[in-house]
Amino acid sequence: MSATVEIAFTLNGVATQIQVPATLSTLEMLRVRLGLTGTKYGCGEGECGACTIRVDGLTLNSCLMFAADCDGRDVTTIEGLAATPTGEALKEAFTANGAVQCGFCTPGLVMQASHLLERHGHGHGHPGPEEIKRGIEGNLCRCTGYSKVIEAIAAVDVSAK
Amino acid sequence: MPDIATYAAPRSLEQAVELLRSGAVTILAGGTDLMVQAQAGKAKFNPTLMNIRRIPELSGIVESGGVVRIGALTTVTDLLDSALIRQRFSALWQACDQFASDQIRNAATIGGNICNASPAGDTLVPLLVLDARVVLAGKPNGSVTRRTLPLAEFLLGPGRTARKPTELLEAVEIPVPPAGFVSAFFKFGTRPALDVAVIAISLGAVRNGRTLTGVRVGFGAVAPTPIRAPATEAILEGCTLDDATIAAAAAAAASEVHPISDVRASDWYRRELIGNMLRRMLDHVGNG
Repeated sequence: MSATVEIAFTLNGVATQIQVPATLSTLEMLRVRLGLTGTKYGCGEGECGACTIRVDGLTLNSCLMFAADCDGRDVTTIEGLAATPTGEALKEAFTANGAVQCGFCTPGLVMQASHLLERHGHGHGHPGPEEIKRGIEGNLCRCTGYSKVIEAIAAVDVSAK
Repeated sequence: MPDIATYAAPRSLEQAVELLRSGAVTILAGGTDLMVQAQAGKAKFNPTLMNIRRIPELSGIVESGGVVRIGALTTVTDLLDSALIRQRFSALWQACDQFASDQIRNAATIGGNICNASPAGDTLVPLLVLDARVVLAGKPNGSVTRRTLPLAEFLLGPGRTARKPTELLEAVEIPVPPAGFVSAFFKFGTRPALDVAVIAISLGAVRNGRTLTGVRVGFGAVAPTPIRAPATEAILEGCTLDDATIAAAAAAAASEVHPISDVRASDWYRRELIGNMLRRMLDHVGNG
């Protein structure tokens, strides 16, 4: 049997304690153990970005992160982001711009977009189309819907947050 | 997934090297390589999994005494955000800029990129050209001892390094280059993001007009480890970057490397790329 680790961290603003096998991925912990299935399993090796979450503000591929490493950190998933003004603004922008086809990549793209907007929000204004393309280069969409995704992120009103 | 007997997350370097004394420890930092290797069954896990991310002294970029010291846990994003790295070591900064994706840059550490010892490791080629050294810490006889090795001697082959099982890669040190030093990095892949290099080239030299001295040329993904290119360096050393010199350097580079054919490219294609892309870089440096 693999060693287990008792961890305590903040998940979507809520103090969370759980015991996990030492080699479990954060993605599996979220989906299977904690029932937060908004974060998607795409490739399992960091290529597709469907499992993107935010940890201490930065976006990470949760499939590559050991769950044990969540200890003491601040984790936000798509479920947590949805309840924030940024999440609300992104939801409206993705809907209004038709930026969703099958929807599987959408939670990861929205998480990455929230990071991009916040990184730019600190006095750098709104990211332009090239910065948006660069920002979402770690997120694959197999419906090939990138143009509308880029338009949606560009349409988010950062000042409204 | 592998079985782990013990998980440890030490809070100091001293605790980490104490744990390493058993020599049966797998080290976890950013996790971006380790998790993939674990899932694929490619990583041989030791009984203890040691997460070094809680050790504050392993992070940070500090310049002192003519050396820039980069802690092993410094992420690729940290390097990209560093004005010091951008100004002093353009080649390394450019390699970080072309590294994977934002999500991976936020997790991946420079120590992990070095210890993973991939022939195509993005930061390794510029680090070779910048004459980087690695600092290894251990605790063989009750007190922490350190040794420093040039990166070129640390990298032994794909996934193989000179790190002893009882040692921790603590930092990488880069000597501050002389005035007039310029450096650059070029990576060829099939797409800009998230691609393993087909070839990579890094160049460093002191430029005076169109003349280069102290020339260093490094190549990635053309040998079992990233390599320096002594024949190419010798042709460029002290010479004016005219068409004849650049052509001779490109030819020397293409014949100096002995790449393999694999899923990404044939050996012939890699040699062509090395010659042609080095020519392009030298044209750029000469006109820069």
